[in-house]
Amino acid sequence: MGAMDFLTSAEELAAQEGPEDHVVLSSRVRLARNLSGVTFPGRAKKVSRVETCKLITPVVSAASAMRGGYSTVMNDLKALDKTLLVERHLISREHAAKSAGSALVLNKNETLSVMVNEEDHLRMQALLPGMQIKQVWQKIDRFDTSLEKKLEYAFDTNLGYLTACPTNLGTGIRVSAMLHLPGLVLTDQVNQIVQAVTKLGHAVRGLYGEGTEALGHIFQVSNQMTLGESEADIIERIHKVVLQVIEHEVNARKTLMQGRSGELYNHIGRAYGVLAHAHIVSSKESMNQLSLMRLGVKLGLFEKLETPVLDELFLLSQPAHLQQFVGEKLSGEERDIHRAALLRGHLSKVKGLKFPSS
Amino acid sequence: MTEIVDGQMKKIDLCEECAQEKGVTDPEGFALADLLLGLGASSEMEQGSAELECPTCGFSNADFKKSGRLGCSNCYTTFAEPLEGVLKQMHKGTQHVGKAPKALRAQLDFSKQRDKLTEQLTKAIETEAYEMAAKLRDQLKDLESAEPKVTKEA
Repeated sequence: MGAMDFLTSAEELAAQEGPEDHVVLSSRVRLARNLSGVTFPGRAKKVSRVETCKLITPVVSAASAMRGGYSTVMNDLKALDKTLLVERHLISREHAAKSAGSALVLNKNETLSVMVNEEDHLRMQALLPGMQIKQVWQKIDRFDTSLEKKLEYAFDTNLGYLTACPTNLGTGIRVSAMLHLPGLVLTDQVNQIVQAVTKLGHAVRGLYGEGTEALGHIFQVSNQMTLGESEADIIERIHKVVLQVIEHEVNARKTLMQGRSGELYNHIGRAYGVLAHAHIVSSKESMNQLSLMRLGVKLGLFEKLETPVLDELFLLSQPAHLQQFVGEKLSGEERDIHRAALLRGHLSKVKGLKFPSS
Repeated sequence: MTEIVDGQMKKIDLCEECAQEKGVTDPEGFALADLLLGLGASSEMEQGSAELECPTCGFSNADFKKSGRLGCSNCYTTFAEPLEGVLKQMHKGTQHVGKAPKALRAQLDFSKQRDKLTEQLTKAIETEAYEMAAKLRDQLKDLESAEPKVTKEA
């Protein structure tokens, strides 16, 4: 079975709802763990990486939380499948570059995923839609505890869980929330917010994590420090920060609706115009315009349009998803044409724009 | 494109192709923050420390400088001294608080309890609360006689 036959469809995925999902798209916690006495993957020879992978993968797959799940070694995945998994946030781009000696294990609905031999022996994550930071922590904590009975982790009483990179040392935890912040971008407040959040010791990144741009007005907020603070405290702090950002975003949207509606309608109307009628659309343009339309839907400006349609198109607009949807390998130029056709097909029939005529 | 480094957001205009390369289609990406962190950490580590090599995996200071990563869990012992400053800068503290594997949790609880009692005892002696001090000393003795041994599950 290929990864594609296993994964939830884009339509189903986009239909999932979560608390506060007008701003928080998803919540995620990942833990980094290594085996005691085994060289980290980056330093280990291929033979030993393959051996470690063979040791870890069956243990992870056998966990009760993984029942009915999916497991594969990275060398069995095609390049397109790997990119698709990156677009789903189920593996990192670094892991997509791996082949023999690395593996991936997913649970049935892809809310749990484990990368074997990425930078650390185990990188496990729990992912849920909307604002569910505490729930994802509970989920991954339980899973981690179930594995520690079978795998002996590298742990030091002073330094905690030992990781390949010192930035993950201690708890090995990275808590993050994916936030949709078009209001703060349009009101030019996002810089201030980013700075404030960074000052509190958190990192703000783009859609695909480290070093990526904020496509589609999407920002990831995550903790930076992992040592000297408990998981519960780290989670509590991120939780508070995210609630604050939500409040600012909601206020920014109100400001736009009340005082700058002309400007707002112009942005959203243009986005609609482009997506419903253009014949060549890049993934970047598609994401940015879909983001504005999503804002429009959340502000009640489209009568017969719901966010799942836009979220599905957002996913299908991305290179690997688009090629999988069309069913063939496409060049960048071909993708832009197919993407435009897909968007037109869904959006040209959308009526009920509630823009005031004045 | 928008790039955020050290809390500073920078906007750079790129042509469509470059933007695509940097964004969605580039599998490697450009881990700038990572790079900066790694370099910062390793250059700090380089200063004031002799050339060390991990006896377990053969990792050296130079390797750390190059990758920003360590080679094995024993590297944390080998490079303990030069790493101390790095960790102080990077994290909230240098002592792990939080989850521990069950097998080691008893040991951790024990040292926490011992530290707490020792601190209380010192305070009691300082304030000349001898009755209290005697009580605490007994408690500490009891605790230490029941020190859990670290056993790992197979």
